[in-house]
Amino acid sequence: MTTTDTGVDSLADVTSSEDRLRRFLLGLPGVDQVGAEARAATLSTRSIKTTAKAYALDLAIQMIDLTTLEGQDTPGKVRALCSKAKRPDPADPTAPQVAAVCVYPDLVATAKYELRGSGINVASVATAFPSGRSSLAIKVQDTQDAVAAGADEVDMVIDRGAFLSGRYGLVFDEIAAIREAAGDAHLKVILETGELVTYDNVRRASWLAMLAGADFIKTSTGKVSPAATLPVTLVMLEAVRDYHEATGLHIGVKPAGGIRTAKDAIKYLVTVNETAGPDWLDPELFRFGASSLLNDLLMQRTKLATGNYPGPDYFTLD
Amino acid sequence: MVWRPTLPTKDSARLDVRKTYKLYVGGAFPRSESGRSYVVNNARGKFLANASQASRKDARDAVVAARKAFGGWSGKTAYNRGQVLYRIAEVMEGRHEQFSAEVAAAEGLSISKARAVVDAAIDRWVWYAGWADKLAQVVGSSNPVAGPYFDFSLPEATGVVAVLAPQDSSLLGLTSVIAPAIVSGNTVVAVTSFERPLPAVTLGEVMATSDLPGGVVNILTGSASEIGPWLAGHLDVNAIDLAGVTDPEEATALEVAAAENLKRVRRPVDEDWTESPGLSRLTQYLELKTVWHPIGV
Repeated sequence: MTTTDTGVDSLADVTSSEDRLRRFLLGLPGVDQVGAEARAATLSTRSIKTTAKAYALDLAIQMIDLTTLEGQDTPGKVRALCSKAKRPDPADPTAPQVAAVCVYPDLVATAKYELRGSGINVASVATAFPSGRSSLAIKVQDTQDAVAAGADEVDMVIDRGAFLSGRYGLVFDEIAAIREAAGDAHLKVILETGELVTYDNVRRASWLAMLAGADFIKTSTGKVSPAATLPVTLVMLEAVRDYHEATGLHIGVKPAGGIRTAKDAIKYLVTVNETAGPDWLDPELFRFGASSLLNDLLMQRTKLATGNYPGPDYFTLD
Repeated sequence: MVWRPTLPTKDSARLDVRKTYKLYVGGAFPRSESGRSYVVNNARGKFLANASQASRKDARDAVVAARKAFGGWSGKTAYNRGQVLYRIAEVMEGRHEQFSAEVAAAEGLSISKARAVVDAAIDRWVWYAGWADKLAQVVGSSNPVAGPYFDFSLPEATGVVAVLAPQDSSLLGLTSVIAPAIVSGNTVVAVTSFERPLPAVTLGEVMATSDLPGGVVNILTGSASEIGPWLAGHLDVNAIDLAGVTDPEEATALEVAAAENLKRVRRPVDEDWTESPGLSRLTQYLELKTVWHPIGV
């Protein structure tokens, strides 16, 4: 699909009023649900072997936002996670570093200190994560706190209640306000696709977030089931591709939650390459929000290197 | 009426409903990931069926399933494990005729001899079932020490045991290598006899319906020479039984591969499966945990 026929030459215009924004979003072509799912299923049958697999595994590791978002997180847990981010496989120094460590705002300072000088970013969730049910003032404050503590990336959630009831202007203004509060930090906007119900909504929310100034669009908080799925990610990748065609800007995509195996990760990489294009095969433009995925990638990596199947006993528990 | 394997019958007006012989992994019956199958003939060389030919990836999946099942199975009470093994014997009894026919076809025995073999296999399950809650008393000990402590040693399961099952004895031999491993709480990935895999597939069906949690026993039909090295080198396998390896050089190579993570290895020896098995297999896959416990405080 292309969006040039939806009046993209006046993209600056569509955000000039809520009415125009609504008309633009509702005018986006609908997603063929069966088609999107069939396309995703076809792409996941590609066989990636030997050197291509080795490349994909290393790339996937470099794309990981190593995440811990639990009520029970402690500074110790975050320190352990940071060590793992810096050196995922202590037995193999050739294993690359991950892209970022993603934590709650109060643990940003701990992560920042642990990762100093490593080149690994600290990402913080903000804006009343995961529900996003709070006043704008508190969301802005939450974001400023995270940035002040040193977060390089901010993962915000949209107000799904407002989005689903059609108050697109409110959602837009909120993202724009957080964009401003985040300053130089990279802004990832979590759509929580598991709550958006339809692919049409996913496409609308993706465009809304990009128009409001997102650097990344992210599928899920990981707290809602279903989290990231391949068809949803496909729809979002189509949106960033079309946005790039219309504006020349590159927006990143981050599926998060439920991606646990190297096989899954490779399916996503194939989909990225086939949908948005090879430009997006880059940690700057594609990330995995995951924790247990890393161990499976390392196990596959070890298998390629040694020829033996390794077991989970040889990798950290986290 | 004697149950017969899935041979086409000429004079029947009814279409044959032939059985698909599949693997048994994680409580399910998948085909081989590789899509391969191979022809299984009876002892006289006549076609019996096509069986799935498991690949290294099936073996890998089976190890994952076995590892996943290990915590639950080894954590059950010994009494409970004994009950489940006994249940396997009960369910086998109900399929006695089917097993007899399959064993007769596979091993070229007369039906009466095959029945005796199936009897022996069922009795073996019962025999090992009885050991479940007696093992700790016989193998464990309380040890005298020079201090105010109780000191006792308890047998615990080793983990995932890979079994290359006997090539000749398709049911009794298979039972005799699987039962001693699982009775103490280990989980098993078994590669069956290559030429006589059908009774093993039926045994998998029995296990799926006898309270044995999925993944405790995983049955792969196919070539031990092909899959064996992957299991021997797999770092998440804790022990390997080489009963079905006939070539001494192959056995040595497998033992070398198994040394990578210090697996417990049971070397192949000529065994008469009809004899009473004794405890040596049972105790091979145990780790002895010794605990010091203060007294008089």
